[in-house]
Amino acid sequence: MKLVKSAALAAAMGFAAMGASAETVKIAFIDPLSGPFGPTGDAGFKQFKHAAAEVNAAGGMNGMELEIVPFDNKVSPKESLVQLQKAIDRGIRFIAQGNGSSVASAIIDAVNKHNKRNPGDEILFLNYAAVDPAFTNDKCSFWHFRFDSHVDMKMSAATDWIADRDEIEKVYVIGQDYSFGKAVADAAVGQLAEKRPDIDIVGNELHPLGRVKDFTPYIQKIISSDADAVITGNWGADMVLLVKAAIDSGLEAPILTYYGGSLGAATAMGEAAVGQVRQISEFVENYPTTDAQIARIEDFEETYPENDYYFHRVYNAVHFLDRAAEKAGSNDPVGIAFALEGMTHDGPYGKVTMRAEDHQVLQDLFVSTFSADVERDVEDTGLGWTASDADRIEASATAPPTTCEMDRPSR
Amino acid sequence: MQSYEHLAPSRAVKIRQRFVPFVVMALVLAMIPVFDPSRTMYSLMAAMGINIVFALSYNMLLGRGGLLSFGHAVYFGLGGYAALHAMNAIDAGESAFWSNYPVFMLPVVGFAMGALAGAVIGWPSCKRSGVPFAMISLGVAELVAAAGYMFGSFFGGEMGVTGDRMVGPQLFGLSMGPVEDVYWFIAFWTFVGTLGIYAFTRTPLGKMSEATRDNPERVQFVGYDPNRVRYLVFIFAGAFAGLAGGMAAVNYEIFTPESVSLIPSGLVLLMAYIGGIRYFTGPIMGAILLTYMQSMLSDYSEAWLLYLGLLFIAIVMYAPGGVAGIVFGLLDIFRHDGAREVLTRRVKQAVGVALAFTGLVILTEVAVRWSNGYGEVFEPFGLHLGIDTPLSWVLIVGFFAAGYVTLRLARNKEEETA
Amino acid sequence: METIVFSLLNGVIYGLLLFMLSSGLTLIFSMMGVLNFAHASFYMLGAYFAYSIMGVTNFWIALIFAPVLVGLVGAAVEKWGLRKVHANGHVAELLFTFGLAYLIDEVVKILWGRNAVDYRVPEVLDFPLFELFGAQYPAYRVFILLVSVAMLAALWFILNRTRAGLIIQAALTHPHMVGHLGHNVPRIFMTVFGVGCALAGLAGVIGGNYLVTDPAMAVQMGPIVFVVVVVGGLGSLTGAFLAAMLLGLMQTFAVGIDASFADMFGWLGLSATSEVGSITIASLAPMIPFLMLVLILMIRPRGLMGDREL
Repeated sequence: MKLVKSAALAAAMGFAAMGASAETVKIAFIDPLSGPFGPTGDAGFKQFKHAAAEVNAAGGMNGMELEIVPFDNKVSPKESLVQLQKAIDRGIRFIAQGNGSSVASAIIDAVNKHNKRNPGDEILFLNYAAVDPAFTNDKCSFWHFRFDSHVDMKMSAATDWIADRDEIEKVYVIGQDYSFGKAVADAAVGQLAEKRPDIDIVGNELHPLGRVKDFTPYIQKIISSDADAVITGNWGADMVLLVKAAIDSGLEAPILTYYGGSLGAATAMGEAAVGQVRQISEFVENYPTTDAQIARIEDFEETYPENDYYFHRVYNAVHFLDRAAEKAGSNDPVGIAFALEGMTHDGPYGKVTMRAEDHQVLQDLFVSTFSADVERDVEDTGLGWTASDADRIEASATAPPTTCEMDRPSR
Repeated sequence: MQSYEHLAPSRAVKIRQRFVPFVVMALVLAMIPVFDPSRTMYSLMAAMGINIVFALSYNMLLGRGGLLSFGHAVYFGLGGYAALHAMNAIDAGESAFWSNYPVFMLPVVGFAMGALAGAVIGWPSCKRSGVPFAMISLGVAELVAAAGYMFGSFFGGEMGVTGDRMVGPQLFGLSMGPVEDVYWFIAFWTFVGTLGIYAFTRTPLGKMSEATRDNPERVQFVGYDPNRVRYLVFIFAGAFAGLAGGMAAVNYEIFTPESVSLIPSGLVLLMAYIGGIRYFTGPIMGAILLTYMQSMLSDYSEAWLLYLGLLFIAIVMYAPGGVAGIVFGLLDIFRHDGAREVLTRRVKQAVGVALAFTGLVILTEVAVRWSNGYGEVFEPFGLHLGIDTPLSWVLIVGFFAAGYVTLRLARNKEEETA
Repeated sequence: METIVFSLLNGVIYGLLLFMLSSGLTLIFSMMGVLNFAHASFYMLGAYFAYSIMGVTNFWIALIFAPVLVGLVGAAVEKWGLRKVHANGHVAELLFTFGLAYLIDEVVKILWGRNAVDYRVPEVLDFPLFELFGAQYPAYRVFILLVSVAMLAALWFILNRTRAGLIIQAALTHPHMVGHLGHNVPRIFMTVFGVGCALAGLAGVIGGNYLVTDPAMAVQMGPIVFVVVVVGGLGSLTGAFLAAMLLGLMQTFAVGIDASFADMFGWLGLSATSEVGSITIASLAPMIPFLMLVLILMIRPRGLMGDREL
């Protein structure tokens, strides 16, 4: 009996939900919304919603309202494909995902297959944070667009920074044991050997993804190795716990992170990390910028008081999509994909280009520092990220050549 | 010499119980595409077919053999991985055998791999039964899951192994690309799997497995080795799980190490038990119900796992026969005297449960929305039920009280008649 | 040298936490034959209760009341749930607790959210206690050590030096005899179940802020607790203690070892670039408990110190 009841209830709720969805363009947001990486995915989702609201306020995508539909994939490639299928079944043609290169890889594969098998029903994948270099090199796909700088690009910013500092002689690399963590480690080792052959890599460690609860043993290995700098690609809970353990154990070497700005990290780090933790990103909250951008940051933080503005690239993705739709004259994914190629935008942090040959975004990067003296803090800690013009690395300096041989459909 | 022939089922009963259900099943499976289901329905039915075979294979252990396993997904996963590697071998076309092997027949590869894994892992595990067997299966499942992240060449690491099902020679003119083609593939193997597992229960080994479950000592007295019986059953259960894995490999075209972990193993246990482990059809019902809940209910309510947990506990506590037990129990009522009285009591109970459950649903849904903090509010049938709306609490308490009173009345009646 | 000292310290603390968590389960399992799948869920409840109580008052009140609350929840579960299923046998009981684990997980997600909560170490204890080989050692870890040892002493005292303890010990080995002597066995069961859950809750209170308090903490701890109980042996708290320390030390030491299979078995011709050769001991750490579980069940089914087979 319970069953009938719950089925009836489910059906009732389903009908209520259907009424509102006419005349909208939907983006399926497939990312973790629960579990250890839930907060990271949730922050991205809020930023997407905010960016979509901006587009809608300006008249929508070719006059149609933009809607972000969340799908929880629990950072599992298989679950992502189930969710992707669900999104496709609901008629959604645009997919956004970022957390986990293993997930992104599965989605690229599935999107390629789907588009091959269902001509006329193509879908487009907007990748806002999965940074395995392969996606815009050997594995590049016409249906995939990456709005984040990939591992090698960010690492070239980090290694430039280290190369400039002669006092750094020993470097420790620690990361998550999967494709992304390995890519970070390889990039660090390779680029350091090239830029500063005298530097000694005293440790190159991979730990299980999202399963380590106490990083103290790892930190103690770092301390006993006498490293002068630590490089980590960790994100989500792994990032927060690593830094927390480092602070607790009194590690003093600077920590160069990819995702030091992710949710919860600032609270965990506190005063002790000031000047020590650095982040490589396309966005720095306290870097001087335009009034419009400041208004956008403030509006976001007012709408979602629990979150800080972080994924600036989400706005690039959504606005590029909107402008491409306008340029193509329709909301059809194929036309939009062609329109996206080579598109440029003069953003608040410099010029952003979508490179046509491999669908990789090119943008300026910053090596920012965690500081106490800031105008806009994060997580109400009174601390935040700052960068000066000296910390800015031009897009051209980070743009690597690509091995991509793009397979384009006929128009 | 006494003759027992009159105790044997008559020909008519045999046909009714053993032949007709499969004809009906085949007809239903063949008729479904006539109604032109949507893509969502096709995806759902594919998942159901896979889970039906998986849950049935699990019940060969739990229901028929009395072996509680927490690691059945290991065989499902290994079978699936083997099928995917075979799919990639077909794609590569390097050997004459694989390049002529149709994708349609991949579940056979899964079956073989599942049997092999069952033979290897079952050898040490089947020396024990009961709780020690359950613990060994748990340990083995954790070991295999951990190994999944270590041996990248077979498990593919975090990314898993992917394949393309539109390769190799076609069978029955199915390209395997569109969901309609995949439906025929799933329907065929669901039927074969169900028939195969049913046939197994009719073999002497299947019968001995039930005997070993009920009384291993006596089995020994009549000259069988219970460990050996368990071991053989274990191999077959692993093989059919591998078959389901092979179906999943073709349907999803990806397998990741988490598919051998404890989570899918737990889910198949829930499917079989909620469906009813004492009936052959129980796991089928459980698989259909849970797959539906997993993919449909999870869209409407984030708390679907809570409902699932409640359903499971309710079944363990009040209806050990599962859904199948409830269904057959209802059918039984009509065959006995005093059907009307029993029926009224059952209806009363059902109403009571439904009332209390409605209260619980309101409570849960209101709480879930409050907990998310997006400012969303539960609005069924145009009502506005927030955490601070008095109406919510009136409804919750009201439904609970009404349900409780109804159940109480039904119980009093029962005691009177007893 | 420093690796050894730190691994030893961390291993002992982890082992003590494990023991606190599994001592209750050993009691319950030995007495009632119930392998409580939801035991780690009570550990999680302890952490969350402490977090909520700490939000209103302070850590010290949480330290006392959170385990008591968890114990009450446990007793209620025994009285209104487990006892009803008891007639259907051990497998039904096991399944009941299995479902309960699902349920507690979901309720925690609804009440406290799906993400980790900010359950912190109290400020009084949040300072580096001493410095060893250039790394600071947080005072809170030493506090965990002290609480665990105090609990261990109290448990030993109650079981060996009080009347209630003697009855419990008797019920561990001869439940029927205890019943025949006129003791209310169901009530003893309920009390032991409640106390066992309270111990798990206490482990949650002091472990939740040392590790992470999130809805996944129960699932991560659950299977390991079984390993401790089974490896330790039925009816033996000493066995559980040994098993917990062994697991704690082995797991922390394994993380600190850089060696790979190739380094160890290189003389057999195993190369460092091959798949098996490149596996490091550190990456094997999470597998060790389960390897022990399977081996013990196959080789010595009564565990390290158990007095009867499972």
